[in-house]
Amino acid sequence: MTTATVTVPTAMHKSEQRSDSHQQGQVKMSTRGVKVFYGDSQALHGIDLDIVENEVIAFIGPSGCGKSTFLRCLNRMNDTIPGCRVEGDVTLDGNDIYAPSLDVVLLRAQVGIVFQKPNPFPKSIYENIAYGPRLHGLASRRAELDEVVERSLRRAGLWDEVKDRLDQPGTSLSGGQQQRLCIARTIAISPEVILMDEPCSALDPIATAKIEQLIDELSASYTIAMVTHNMQQAARVAHKTAFFHMGDMVEVGDTDKIFTNPEDQRTHDYITGRFG
Amino acid sequence: MNNLALIVTVLIVMAVAYQLGLTRSKSVVGGGQRLHSRPGYYGILVALWCGVPTLLLLALWGIFGNDIIQFLVSQQLPPETAAFSEREMLLQMRRIAALASGQNVSDPQQYELSAAAQQARLESLGHLVLLASMSVLAVLGLVLSRRKITPDMRARNHVERVIMVALALSSGVAILTTVGIVLSMIGEAMNFFRFISPADFFFGTTWNPRFSTSGDAGQGEFGLLPLLWGTLMVSSIALLVAIPLGLMTAIYMSEYAPPSLRNVAKPVIEVLAGIPTIVYGFFALIVIGPFLSGLGDLVGISIRTTSALTAGLVMGIMIIPFVSSLSDDIITQVPKALRDGALGLGATKSETIRQVVLPAALPGIVGAFLLAASRAIGETMIVVLAAGNNPVLHANPFEAVSTITVTIVNQLTGDMDFASPQSLVAFALGLTLFVITLGLNVIALVIVRRYRQQYE
Repeated sequence: MTTATVTVPTAMHKSEQRSDSHQQGQVKMSTRGVKVFYGDSQALHGIDLDIVENEVIAFIGPSGCGKSTFLRCLNRMNDTIPGCRVEGDVTLDGNDIYAPSLDVVLLRAQVGIVFQKPNPFPKSIYENIAYGPRLHGLASRRAELDEVVERSLRRAGLWDEVKDRLDQPGTSLSGGQQQRLCIARTIAISPEVILMDEPCSALDPIATAKIEQLIDELSASYTIAMVTHNMQQAARVAHKTAFFHMGDMVEVGDTDKIFTNPEDQRTHDYITGRFG
Repeated sequence: MNNLALIVTVLIVMAVAYQLGLTRSKSVVGGGQRLHSRPGYYGILVALWCGVPTLLLLALWGIFGNDIIQFLVSQQLPPETAAFSEREMLLQMRRIAALASGQNVSDPQQYELSAAAQQARLESLGHLVLLASMSVLAVLGLVLSRRKITPDMRARNHVERVIMVALALSSGVAILTTVGIVLSMIGEAMNFFRFISPADFFFGTTWNPRFSTSGDAGQGEFGLLPLLWGTLMVSSIALLVAIPLGLMTAIYMSEYAPPSLRNVAKPVIEVLAGIPTIVYGFFALIVIGPFLSGLGDLVGISIRTTSALTAGLVMGIMIIPFVSSLSDDIITQVPKALRDGALGLGATKSETIRQVVLPAALPGIVGAFLLAASRAIGETMIVVLAAGNNPVLHANPFEAVSTITVTIVNQLTGDMDFASPQSLVAFALGLTLFVITLGLNVIALVIVRRYRQQYE
């Protein structure tokens, strides 16, 4: 870091501006005082968090702690749940994503999401990938669309396995392949942030390893926020880890620090397996 | 003692038997032994042994008793009655039965009076025998089953088996009824085909049965095609109305409507299916028909008041709930994960529904359409009143038509002679209708089932 600032003075100037939030990278998404209510019950009690560009951040915590709820606030998927209410500020590149003027459809194209259970559409593999680009007019001609499909499948590490059967239904793939198909589908709309809600919880260890490797590769070009139940997974893939407990974010920091030297007793108890 | 009193008596005896079984089961245990089942089960078992055979006997007598007496009485009739035709014999036996029950019959013959006296005698004797054997059966069942009670007896398992048999018998009633109806229709349709060849019936283009009660085979033409065509035309119009409206209703109800509205609107829509079809019929005749006719005048098309269009429109409204209710259920069954997937890619709500939810629900929705279609094909009252009853082959929906169901009604009203093709044709028509709707239902069920498997 410091050597870079010597050779490139302008970059140093920029990095000084950012230094109050994080050491490296620019804040991509930021939340301040996010509270979520399901009807009368409160699921989140005011979450302040910055998500830095090109980083993988993992949300860990016991079941029902609000980590998935928080993740879904980041692209307003909570809007689809009746009776769910979100308070506080969530910004993407400094713009409030809950502002009335914001188009939620465009937001979700910028902040893609991969769900816990693979949910390919009941369409062909090709159509699964082409769905998003078609929707947003990202490819006008067939050749362009073909290219987007191939590129997305290659990035998701699925191309070699499916290139000869693109016309077969997406549901005919194995669970791990389906999940990579869903990741490819999300990549196809060129999002800036990818949210993943326990992407490996329905998969076997080999498929999980493939997805983890994929997440690592994707972090070069995307900002990734993932929820996981698996602490080893968080330790393996995440640069930062946030620990949630009973609707509060107890602690956030570099993954190494959270797992070796947590500041809060509750974090310590959780990662050492005393509860959860 | 009439049968109702008998049944009540048997039930009372069963209650007593229950108590006896209960106390008996309590008394057989002692010395630290435990009953296999709770005492109530022994009571039920004794009551069943006591009551069920008795009631079965009563039922058998109810079914066959009269036939036995009639047979015995007919054996005693003078030889000249042996020459009677089946119908005259039936009349003869009715006269005797009326005399036996003390009613007046015009000009009773001597042999009739004596036969009546014998019938009355047999009836009272039969009743006595019935009473006696029922009592014996009840007591036997009670005593024997009560004696069999031991602590090891698995009364609970026995009762379980009895319940299973009772449930199986109940479902058997529905199945046997269906089979019985089909068989009787096939039988009568065969009789019809003795008069008219199947080729003339299924491929004939003229429907003109004539009014004849003589059973003369040469008279009348029984071509199915004009009726089938009319049925298809009216049903198609109905489906053209019901499918878009019903589907859009279903989409609104399942995806857009707030719960408070849905809770009110869904039952209201389903009421449409509960309106008696005769009410729809005169609604069509009095309101829709003249309205369409006036509309036609305005545009310059001649639309008859009673036409395929009138009947089809109203029938379409009637079957909207069949489409909307079923499609609604099926759309709701599409997993939320699929919707989330599309929404998460930035699809709008209607894009999600059109491009993801509906394709996923399509097989089930097609099933709903087919069920609605079979309902439309079998509908009668609306078409009787509003379609105009004009069994002629033509393609103009603004003209009157006739359908299979209407024709069945026409052929079976007024004087009926079940030896003539004019009446028997109703069975052939009914069978045709049944096969069509059965086929549609089977296809619909297969499609719906396949859809269910997809998401289980």
